[in-house]
Amino acid sequence: MSTADTEQAYDPRHVHSHHHPEGEAHGTFKGYVTGFILSVILTAIPFWLVMGDVLPSKQATVFIIMGFAVVQILVHMIYFLHMNTSSEGGWNMLAMIFTLVLVVITLAGSLWVMFNMNENMMPVSAHEMRNAP
Amino acid sequence: MSAHTADTTFPPDSFYDTGEHHPQNGTMLGFWLYLMSDCLIFAVLFAMYGVVGANYAAGPGPKDLFDLGLVAVNTAMLLLSSITYGFAMLEMARGRQNAVLGWLAITGLFGLAFVGLEIYEFAHLIHEGAGPQRSAFLSAFFALVGTHGLHVSFGIVWLVVLMIQVRKMGLTEPNRRRLACLSLFWHFLDVIWIGVFTFVYLMGVLR
Repeated sequence: MSTADTEQAYDPRHVHSHHHPEGEAHGTFKGYVTGFILSVILTAIPFWLVMGDVLPSKQATVFIIMGFAVVQILVHMIYFLHMNTSSEGGWNMLAMIFTLVLVVITLAGSLWVMFNMNENMMPVSAHEMRNAP
Repeated sequence: MSAHTADTTFPPDSFYDTGEHHPQNGTMLGFWLYLMSDCLIFAVLFAMYGVVGANYAAGPGPKDLFDLGLVAVNTAMLLLSSITYGFAMLEMARGRQNAVLGWLAITGLFGLAFVGLEIYEFAHLIHEGAGPQRSAFLSAFFALVGTHGLHVSFGIVWLVVLMIQVRKMGLTEPNRRRLACLSLFWHFLDVIWIGVFTFVYLMGVLR
C-alpha cells in the first residue's frame, strides 16, 4: 500500500474495494424488514393476550409472554444488533455470555434471597400496615 | 531466504493473515463492553423491581395505574425508530449523506415521541398521587422506566450531535464509527424496552 493510498481522503464510494471499515453495519434491507416484522408480531401477540384477556390461566399467560420476550430479544440481537459468534474475533459474544451469567446471578439471586427473607419476616397485619409511618 | 520468497507469491506478512475480520481498533468492542455494563445496571433495576414490585404500601397497583394502550403506542414508537435507524445505517453503507440525515431525523422524531409519551405518563401518575415516593413498587417503577427514558433522551442528544457532525464533515470514517456505536446503543435500548413492557407493564397488569 503506497503512502498516497493511505493518506488519501476517505471516499465512501470506494469503501467496498478495501476492507469493511470498522463498525460498518452488516445488515441488509431484507434483514431489517424481517426483524421488524417479526418484532411487530412478537410484540402484538403478548399485548393481545393481556389486553384481550384471552387465556383463562394467568400463569400460562405469564409464561407465554415471557417466552415471546426471549424470542424477540433474540430477533433483535440477530437482525438489528447483527450479533454472531465471529464479530470482533468472538470477544463480543464472550463479553455477552459473561454479562448474561452476571445478569442471571443478579436476578435469580436477588429474587431467591429476598423471597426467603420475606417469608421469614415477622408477619405484619393489614391494620399495622395501614398505620405504618 | 531469497529462494524461499521466490517460491511464494504472498507478501511476507500474509503468513500471519488468518483471514479473520480484524478490528482496526477497539472502539466497537469497547462500546459493546460499555453496553454490557449498562445491561448490568438494568439487570439490577429489574431485580429491584422484581423484589419490591408487589409492595404497594396500600397504594395503587399496576392494574389501577397502567394504560396498556399508551404502552403499546410507546412500544411502536421505539420499534419504528429502531428500523428507521437501520435504514440510516443502510444508506450510510451506500454513502448517501442526505438519506442518512433524513432517516436519522425520522428516528429522532420517533424517539422524541417515545420520550414525550413517557413524560406524559409520568406526569399523569404523579398528578394522581402515584409518584415515586408513594410506595416501593412506584419507586422501583420510576427508577427502572425512568433510567430507560433517560437513556433514550441522551440517545436523542447524541443523535442530534451526530447529525450536525455528518452535515458538517460528511460521512467520514470517524463519523461512520460513531453512527455504528449509536446504532448499537439505540437497538440495545429497544432490547431493554422488551424487558420493560413484558415484566413491568404486561405482567404488572396480569398480577
